[in-house]
Amino acid sequence: MTNPLTSTTPVKKSAASMTNTSLSTTHSTTEKVTLSLKKRHQKEKVFKRIGLFAVLFGFMLVVILISDIGSKALPAFHQHWVKLDINYQTNWLKIDNASEQNLKTANYRTVLKKSIYQMFSSESGAKLSRKDKSQLFKLFSTNAEFTIKDYLIESPKYFNTQASVWVRLDDDVDSYLKEEFAPGDAGLRMSKQQAQWIATLSNEDRIESRFNFSFFTASDSREPELAGIRGALTGTLLTMFVTLLLSFPLGVAGALYLEEFAPKNRWTDFIEININNLAAVPSIIFGLLGLAIIINLFGLPRSAPLVGGIVLTLMTLPTIIIASRAAIKAVPPSLREAALGVGASKMQVTFSHVLPQAMPGIITGGIIGVAQALGETAPLLMIGMVAFIVDVPTSIVDSATVLPVQIFLWADSPERAFLAKTSAAILVLLALLLVINVSATLLRTKFEKKQART
Amino acid sequence: MCFNFALNIGLKNMNTSLLFAVLLCLTLISYWIGIKRSLKVAGGSEHRKDLTCLPEQFGLLTALVCGLPAVITLLIFNSAEQVVIEQLLTSTLTTNIQALSSIDLGLYLNNIRSLASSETSQALLLVINTSSDITTQNQYQAALTLQSLNQQATWLKTALVLVVAVVSVTLLVRKFSLTYKARQKSERIVRGLLVASSGVAILTTFGIVISVLFESIHFFNSVPVADFMFGTQWSPQTAMRSDQVGSSGSFGAIPLFAGTMLITFIAMLLAVPVGLMIAIYLSQYASSKLRAFAKPMLEVLAGIPTVVYGFFAALTVAPIIRNMGESLGLSVASESALAAGLVMGTMIIPFVSSLSEDAISAVPNTLKEASLGMGATRSETVVKVLLPAALPGIVGAILLAVSRAIGETMIVVMAAGMAANLTANPLDSVTTVTVQIVTLLTGDQEFDSPKTLAAFALGLMLFITTLGLNILALKVVQKYREQYD
Repeated sequence: MTNPLTSTTPVKKSAASMTNTSLSTTHSTTEKVTLSLKKRHQKEKVFKRIGLFAVLFGFMLVVILISDIGSKALPAFHQHWVKLDINYQTNWLKIDNASEQNLKTANYRTVLKKSIYQMFSSESGAKLSRKDKSQLFKLFSTNAEFTIKDYLIESPKYFNTQASVWVRLDDDVDSYLKEEFAPGDAGLRMSKQQAQWIATLSNEDRIESRFNFSFFTASDSREPELAGIRGALTGTLLTMFVTLLLSFPLGVAGALYLEEFAPKNRWTDFIEININNLAAVPSIIFGLLGLAIIINLFGLPRSAPLVGGIVLTLMTLPTIIIASRAAIKAVPPSLREAALGVGASKMQVTFSHVLPQAMPGIITGGIIGVAQALGETAPLLMIGMVAFIVDVPTSIVDSATVLPVQIFLWADSPERAFLAKTSAAILVLLALLLVINVSATLLRTKFEKKQART
Repeated sequence: MCFNFALNIGLKNMNTSLLFAVLLCLTLISYWIGIKRSLKVAGGSEHRKDLTCLPEQFGLLTALVCGLPAVITLLIFNSAEQVVIEQLLTSTLTTNIQALSSIDLGLYLNNIRSLASSETSQALLLVINTSSDITTQNQYQAALTLQSLNQQATWLKTALVLVVAVVSVTLLVRKFSLTYKARQKSERIVRGLLVASSGVAILTTFGIVISVLFESIHFFNSVPVADFMFGTQWSPQTAMRSDQVGSSGSFGAIPLFAGTMLITFIAMLLAVPVGLMIAIYLSQYASSKLRAFAKPMLEVLAGIPTVVYGFFAALTVAPIIRNMGESLGLSVASESALAAGLVMGTMIIPFVSSLSEDAISAVPNTLKEASLGMGATRSETVVKVLLPAALPGIVGAILLAVSRAIGETMIVVMAAGMAANLTANPLDSVTTVTVQIVTLLTGDQEFDSPKTLAAFALGLMLFITTLGLNILALKVVQKYREQYD
């Protein structure tokens, strides 16, 4: 290739070999090339189409994933309530006056049961059999007795009279109503009789669909119609708080040392190799570390956001260090030299000149790390954040669970209504991730603009 | 038990966090003290230039000297506190309780702990005075002792930490003079902190190796290494009583390795061609507009948490595959390897595509231009020039993707089965190493049973495999870099 004049032969050769076809030797090379051109262009077109198809396939996967989860999640955001005529009779409540203490301890289950039976037996005229009674009672949420209790405590004037109270329907009825069966038809986990009762109720305009606020304000529950994500969200916030508090300073300090101070020797190399390898260690291994060292050796409490935060810190630290180092490396050396030249110490150069310049990149790296930690599930299963927890955690050493683990737990539940709950929780998680990523981008552009001005 | 323990620490922690807040305030105050004191040494702020260092640097040094020793004292105290209190408590117990075995004693202490944390001291006293049963009395008395010990410990801790902070500041401030090198000293401390932070990575690796290695050695003491590595029977359920049938449990990990490989292979079968074609199209053909749109779109796939993929695999993909299989007359397990593998492949596509794109764009442009200049079409250039040149980078990317697929947990936990079948049929249900680790370690169990320890042995295998793959990938990529730089 050194002499352009003699380079014709290799060109022909390579062009001929590229055609990959066995043409007869009677044609000249130019003719061969011309003849094969159509085929080669055809191949080119096919290749390009395959590439485009791969890209579109990728898009399609994103769309399918999001729309599948979105469509499954929609039912979880509203919920059916029913208006019952509750008869707060003294002999059913088993109390004789409406004092505050009495109202708290009264027998509301009997009130609920008898009121329901009364409503339905008067319609059909016949007495309900025992089987009917139990089927009827199953239509309403287990929470209904507490709803009517709160109602009476709030307005004691209904004592010994009748009141219309809105209560939740059971999750099976709720799912049945959302699936649009013809009124009165039996559905999944709904008998014909139950379906007809529901049809009667909805004919009387007693059934209403409301926005499911309790999904955001309630904690986990065994009953799908009562379960919410507040406990898991709080757990996530606490865990992320610990993670951010530990990983960001540690990561930035480590990166600053490695980029600005560390001498080039074997120790530094060892640290670097370590960081790179840790970035690729499966997350579940960090869970084993947390279980064996942090819980069993140091005796920190199981299931606590503190331990979860420490484990996630160790997991995200490499990501943050690598991103921060890249950002620090990108700061022009002239800046350091100028600062050193006017007599600043190495530490002053690092903290007053390099760090502010590298901040946008460091923040982006930190946020990527936090986003990674936010969606992480496996290591938290290892350290026991997988328990069924009804209370909303209040401190970093309370037993808690996090949103991804809540999703995992709900996805495992046999009740159909949890399917929608799971999808809805996923949507919330994805929305959180979106907010975090968008804020990372916004912060970076803001920082960059500010720096451009100064 | 666990819960009570957590509660116990929770109450203590409230004090600890209050103490932290107080320390933070003290640190801020000592910053201010440092500035004032240095100015006083200089003889007023108009003489501040007489000092060798800036007053702020004196302040920073004072703050560091106030906060650091105190925090270190606090951490040491907290870690030793539990053990010391337990010892003291045990020494006050009656001799027949002290003579109990360590397990029974632990249970007894736990009961006392839960009493001490759940009841007020008045309630405890009431029971002691009214109860006629001597064991109950003793127990409540011990709980009362524990409460007072805890209280004493909290007071002692608070006092100690505050004294350390105040004393170290006083000692420092006395040394201040006009030529005192406050800046150099504070910089040395900060540098030490930076070094310590960079050392956390090494500590983490060390911790991982220690935790998986020690438990694995425990495990291999009861189960021979060869049985574990080459056994084909995996049923970790050990019986409760030794005379039950099949009490030993068998720990042959081959079915797990095979299952992991099968799912990884299926994932790669999807991710490598699609990821590679995406990389080629985006780097060689796509307009800058499409690239600007496509890259973040594909990053969405990479950013979705794995638990979401697991849900998608278990509840959407697996039923579709089963229905399709059944309409073709095939018997498909409800938790087929195919569903888990395909979804895992989806997750890995962006990983393969972005790494391969980096490898392709790292090929010097001259190579590409030379090929195009000689009349080769773009596809010919890609296939015959770019890909061979970028091959080491692409191989590295694939190795990293494989390592990622092997270590992936949530998708397989949710979508792959629990039964350890030794099969190559993708429609069958298989289990993986990570699934078994999760199954063996979630829920309550004794920490020393072979069942639990087996999880650590699997973890060791996983760690070694992924580490090996990463090092191999790094080596391959480095070799490639040497070629063109």
